[in-house]
Amino acid sequence: MIRPRVIPALLLQGQGLVKTVKFKNPTYLGDPINIVRIFNEKEVDELVFLDITATNENRPPAFKMLANITSECFMPLGYGGGIRSMDDIKTLLSIGIEKIILNTSAVENPSLVRAAADYAGSQAVVISIDVKKSFLGKYEVWTRGGKKCTGLDPVKHAVEMEEQGAGELLINSIDRDGTMQGYDIELIRRVSDAVSIPVVACGGAGRLQDLADAIKMGGASAAAAGSLFVFQGPLRGVLISYPSQAELKQVLP
Amino acid sequence: MIVIVDYGVGNLGSIINMLKKAGAKAIASSDPEVLQQAEKLILPGVGAFDAGMNKLNECGLVPLLNHLALEKKVPFLGLCLGLQLMTKKSEEGQCPGLSWLDAETLRFRFDDSQAQLKVPHMGWNTIEIRQSHLLFKDLDPEARFYFVHSFYVQSQDPEAVLAETDYGGHFHSIFGKGNIMGFQFHPEKSHKYGMRLLKNFAEMSA
Repeated sequence: MIRPRVIPALLLQGQGLVKTVKFKNPTYLGDPINIVRIFNEKEVDELVFLDITATNENRPPAFKMLANITSECFMPLGYGGGIRSMDDIKTLLSIGIEKIILNTSAVENPSLVRAAADYAGSQAVVISIDVKKSFLGKYEVWTRGGKKCTGLDPVKHAVEMEEQGAGELLINSIDRDGTMQGYDIELIRRVSDAVSIPVVACGGAGRLQDLADAIKMGGASAAAAGSLFVFQGPLRGVLISYPSQAELKQVLP
Repeated sequence: MIVIVDYGVGNLGSIINMLKKAGAKAIASSDPEVLQQAEKLILPGVGAFDAGMNKLNECGLVPLLNHLALEKKVPFLGLCLGLQLMTKKSEEGQCPGLSWLDAETLRFRFDDSQAQLKVPHMGWNTIEIRQSHLLFKDLDPEARFYFVHSFYVQSQDPEAVLAETDYGGHFHSIFGKGNIMGFQFHPEKSHKYGMRLLKNFAEMSA
């Protein structure tokens, strides 16, 4: 029987790998190829790459670098950032990225979600939803790398994306990003209760127990984390880590 | 040379990448002349059954593939939907399958006590080997594989079942009968474990 997936979510800024706090202050971690190689050796369940500046810099995905990654990483790979067209999607699929992650495009051009699902199947289409709480405590969907508030309700948006053919949702809490204080379980729960497709929790994981909580309490199918797998100790020294299969089996339901 | 049948469905890049890493020569093609010269063939695929069959039919490749699989008996490996297309039919669609395997493709059904099991079956799972086979040479006993599917293949022929996997009950996850083989999971996304299986397929004498 399967256990829930645990997914390092890696942030790209063009050619470099970074980690943010609340979508701000990117810390440079290193060359993506080297870091990905380490994750590959650790046999991670899956990897997610998000280029956090591609959309705002009006830049296409770094196809060449991604092709370097896919030529030696043999695990499920998702990529998001700067994807605007079916041509972008076809290029990503052809180089071996099988999960296409749409965020800004899914809000601004929802027909792309349908077209991608028709072309590659729903399992290939992941919608990433960045969520921030307003001053009044209302959850709202943000796009353009957390720069633009759409005013959309994340639960409604999630349901609409499922109807458009999305096969999976990556729910990212901007407020928790990089804080390592635990996932926003309430947010994850609300979305996972409203859809039947798998929900991947993201934003805030600081220890292995947080991953288990996202699944047991939040109803997520998988848990993604950045800081937890790239930083070590209170000074946040860069050290790539990933729990062993035995540790995962022990902590996850 | 291994030829991956390129009928517009599936993640061919990853399969080619892994075969290269495993030391095998592989290309993707839909050219009948290239397919005819293949020492081994791979039928990839993701997505819906009818969409896959329609694409195969649109390419006009079905008679040639039937010939290569059934008469010329070229070793032929189906991956995920590619395996399902080798069955007689699927509960997912109306189109008849290639019918190379005495098997049908069925939808996962769970009783209420298993309500927490989601469809698609997505993630890493293990296999329970039912018959020894060259495909399993030097395979790590801890091997796990990446699955993404909402339908599974049920063989009518117990001799064709090489391995089973448990997801709310056992389903047939690896097939092998003569030159026809298939994996329900994605070896090209399954680390060294998937590479071992693909390497064994590549090195198997035809």
